[in-house]
Amino acid sequence: MNNLQHAAGIIFIVIGLGFDIFGCIGLIRLPDVYNRLQATTKCVTLGTCSILLGTFILKGLGTTGIKAILVAIFLLLTSPVAAHALARGAHKSGVKLWPKSVMDKYEQDGN
Amino acid sequence: MKSKLVLFIIGFIVWSLLTWPLDFQHLIAGLMVAAFVAFITGDLFSRRPHHFGHITRYIWFCYYVPMFLWECLKANIDVALRVLNPKLPINPGIVKVKTTLKSDTGLTFLANSITLTPGTLCVDIDTEKGILYIHWIDVKTQDTDKATELIVSPFEKILKKIFE
Repeated sequence: MNNLQHAAGIIFIVIGLGFDIFGCIGLIRLPDVYNRLQATTKCVTLGTCSILLGTFILKGLGTTGIKAILVAIFLLLTSPVAAHALARGAHKSGVKLWPKSVMDKYEQDGN
Repeated sequence: MKSKLVLFIIGFIVWSLLTWPLDFQHLIAGLMVAAFVAFITGDLFSRRPHHFGHITRYIWFCYYVPMFLWECLKANIDVALRVLNPKLPINPGIVKVKTTLKSDTGLTFLANSITLTPGTLCVDIDTEKGILYIHWIDVKTQDTDKATELIVSPFEKILKKIFE
């Protein structure tokens, strides 16, 4: 393995870790369930995909690398679905939006 | 029948990638597993399997993937900036948008794209009326039509060419 490949892999992993940390900070700082889901879904999905891409660059087209790419694809497909299910479940079971929220068309339409 | 064949091919490809590097024993086992899964659940996989034969759909899909990844990156930087800002500049709310997509796969991809793009999270879909309820972290407009133009239309045009 040459140095350039190693450096690129490490850079991707560090960027991914950074986004994961921002997601966790968002989870603590933002006020209600829906805003927290926004931060965690976006940042953690791309952060984890970036870590997996870094793994792929480090390991190359071997057993580990191919599996890392497969996991990244499945993560991109399933993580938004999980967030959607959590948000819908929270709203159905009566979790209110943050008091300073602008509007709630979903509640107005009687769901 | 065609749906079963498509599921068999996709299942076999995923199995081959999971057991990389290719090996004779793994391929035999993969053939049996993929055939079994396709035989049992094949009819549920796709209602319109002839769509898998259209080349133009794949070309549009290749255009969609980089655009989606770029939007996803912008979304991440947007959320990171909001979270790190000491004033926490958020203005959240749930808005209603309209869509003209009808197929299940198209709607799923639209909802996933909306969730991973800047500031929006799909909460619920009404398939019969073609309405999506979107949680928006920074509500710019409360009007349904304007919100549709801002959130849905960039993806809808491409997804319509891929899945409809």
